[in-house]
Amino acid sequence: MNFSKLPKLTFWRTVLVLILAAGFYSTVLRFVKGLGAATNLSDQFPWGIWIGFDVLCGVGLAAGGFTLAAIVYVFHIERFHAVLRPSILTAFLGYALVAVALLFDLGKPYNIWHPLVMWNPHSVMFEVAWCVMLYLTVLALEFSPAVLERFHLHTPLRVVKAATIPLVIAGVLLSTLHQSSLGSLFLIVPTKLHPYWYSPLLPVFFFVSAVGVGMAMVIFESNLSSRALGREIEMPLLEVLGRAMAVVLAIYGLLKFQDLWGRGALSHLREPSTETLLFLLEITLGLLVPLPMLLFRKVREDRDGLFGVSVLVITGFLLNRLNVSITGLEGSSGVHYFPRWTEVAVTLSIVGVGFLLFSLAVRYLNVMEPSTGHGIRDMGYGTRDTGLATRP
Amino acid sequence: MSQSILVDTTKCIGCGSCVAACKETNGLPPSNNLIDLNLSADTLNVVQTHGSILVRRFCMHCQEPTCASVCPVGALRKTVAGPVVYDAGKCMGCRYCMMACPFGVPRYEWKAALPKVKKCTMCAPRQARGQQPACTEACPVQASIFGERNDLLSQAEKRLREEPSKYFQHIYGKEEVGGTSVLYLSAVPFEQLGLPANLPRDPLPLLTFRALSKIPNLVTLGGLLLGGIWWITNRREEVARAENKESDH
Repeated sequence: MNFSKLPKLTFWRTVLVLILAAGFYSTVLRFVKGLGAATNLSDQFPWGIWIGFDVLCGVGLAAGGFTLAAIVYVFHIERFHAVLRPSILTAFLGYALVAVALLFDLGKPYNIWHPLVMWNPHSVMFEVAWCVMLYLTVLALEFSPAVLERFHLHTPLRVVKAATIPLVIAGVLLSTLHQSSLGSLFLIVPTKLHPYWYSPLLPVFFFVSAVGVGMAMVIFESNLSSRALGREIEMPLLEVLGRAMAVVLAIYGLLKFQDLWGRGALSHLREPSTETLLFLLEITLGLLVPLPMLLFRKVREDRDGLFGVSVLVITGFLLNRLNVSITGLEGSSGVHYFPRWTEVAVTLSIVGVGFLLFSLAVRYLNVMEPSTGHGIRDMGYGTRDTGLATRP
Repeated sequence: MSQSILVDTTKCIGCGSCVAACKETNGLPPSNNLIDLNLSADTLNVVQTHGSILVRRFCMHCQEPTCASVCPVGALRKTVAGPVVYDAGKCMGCRYCMMACPFGVPRYEWKAALPKVKKCTMCAPRQARGQQPACTEACPVQASIFGERNDLLSQAEKRLREEPSKYFQHIYGKEEVGGTSVLYLSAVPFEQLGLPANLPRDPLPLLTFRALSKIPNLVTLGGLLLGGIWWITNRREEVARAENKESDH
C-alpha cells in the first residue's frame, strides 16, 4: 500500500469520523424516538431535506451514469469509455444511498417493499419507486463486471457483458422516467408551490437539469479522482462534456424563461422576498454565470476553469431542487422550516459514506481505466494485460 | 350514493360538541378547550374562529381525493359510501398525502414508533352500522347535517334561494377540485373562513395523470429511438468484425 497520499486524507478522515459520529447519534435518535424527535418536520411541512436534498439531489447527481452510458453504447462515441465506469459507480452509489435516506425518512421504513405488491399506478410516487428499484438493478448489473473481474467469475461476466446494450437502453429509459417523475411529484400542488417553480413543465425541467448536472458531476468526479489518485485527467473528453453541458444549459434556460414569461411569473421579481432571492441565486449560479463561461475555449480547456464551472452548475442544481421542495412550499405552509442538526448529520453521513465507498471501490476494483486506454468495446476492461496487476 | 355532510356556518354556535364527540368516538385524548384547536394526530375535527364566525374544519372527503391518487400503495381510498378511508397496514409513511392535500387535512403521529396518518373518517364504521357520524349527531342546532350528497346540495340551494341576503351565494365543495362530500354555506366569502380560495374545478389528480399517461409512449418510442441509433451507429463494430474475420483466413 502506498502511504504517501495519506497526509491529505487524514484531515478528511477526521472530518468523516466526526460526521459519522454525529450521524450515528442522529440515527439512534430517529429510530428510538421517532421522526418528531429527530427532525423539524411538522404537519404543515412534512417533507424536509431528507427528501429535498437526499432524494431529489441524490438522484439528480447520479444522472451522469445514464447519460454517459448512452453516449458510449448507444451513440457509439467510444472515447468516453474512460469516464464511463466511474460514472456508473457514482450512479450506483448515489441511488443506493437514496434508498438509505428513504429508510430514514419513511415513517414505517420496514414497509418500503410495499410498492412491489401494493399498486397504485395513478401515483407518481409509485412510478418513481418502481423505476428506482429497476434502475438500481440495472446499475448493479452494469457495474458488476468490475466486481466479477476482481473475483475472476468469467461465466457470469460473459453473460452480463452480452446484455450490455439492452441494459443500457433500459437504464436510459428508466432514468428518463424517474428523473422527470421526481419533478412530476410536484405537479399535484399548484396552489402551494410558488410560481417561480410550479409549472406543467416540471418533469421536463427536472429531466433536462438532471442531464446537465450529470455532465457536471462527471467533470467534478474526474477532477477529484485524478487529484486523489495522482492520475492524469482526461481533459479532451471533459472539454467536450463542457460543450455538451453548455448546450443543455442553454436549452434549459430557454424553456424556463419561456415558461416563466408565459405564466406571468416574472412579475414576482418585483417582490423583495426570500423566494426572489433564492430564485435569482439559483438561476445565476446554475445558469447565468456558467453558461457564458463555457462558451470560452480557455475555460473549457483549463482544468480548474472547467472544474469551477461544474461546481457552479452543481450548486445551481442543488439550489433548484431545494427551492422546489422547500423554499417554494414554505410560503403557503404558514411555517418556516429549517433542518435540525440531526437531519443535517444524517445527510452528511450519507454523503460521507458515499465518498468512502467510492474511494474503496476505486482502490480495490477495476474502476479506472489505465491511462494507456485500449479501445475496448464492452463494459469489461476484459483482458489481463491492462497493466492493472501492478496496481496496489 | 355518496354520503355527505353540510356545514352551515351561519348556524354554528361554537359549543364544540362536534369536537368532543369526535374525540370520544375515535378514542382520542380529550381537551379542556374545545374551540380554536388545530388539526393534529389527536384532533381530527376542529372549530376555529374567523372574526365572529365559527368554522368547522375536518376532512373534505373529496369525490376525487388527491390523497388517494398520490398514495403509492393505495392506503387511502374513496369508498362507495362516501368516506375517504385509510389503511394503516399498507402505509409506509411517505407522507405524500400530506403534501398533496389541497386542504391541508392529513396529520401525522410524529412521536409514535409506528406512526399513522390521521384524519377524519366520516365515522365510516358507524355508517356501516347504520348510524350517522358522531359530529352531526352531536350538533345541537343542526349546523352540521348528514345525508346523501344530492339531497344536501338541494337543501343548500334551497337555503341560498330562500334567504339570499343571509348567505354568500356559493356552495363550497360543490365543484371545488371535482367536488367534495363536505359542503359549506357561509355568510361571507369562503376565503374569510380560512378555506382555500384558489382551487381549480378539475380534480388535482388530473394534473399528474396528464404526465403519467405519456409514459407508455415515452417507453416504446424511446426504446425504438435508442435501439435505432445504436443499430445505425453500429457500422464501425460490424466493419471491425468483418476485418477480424478476414484476417483469420
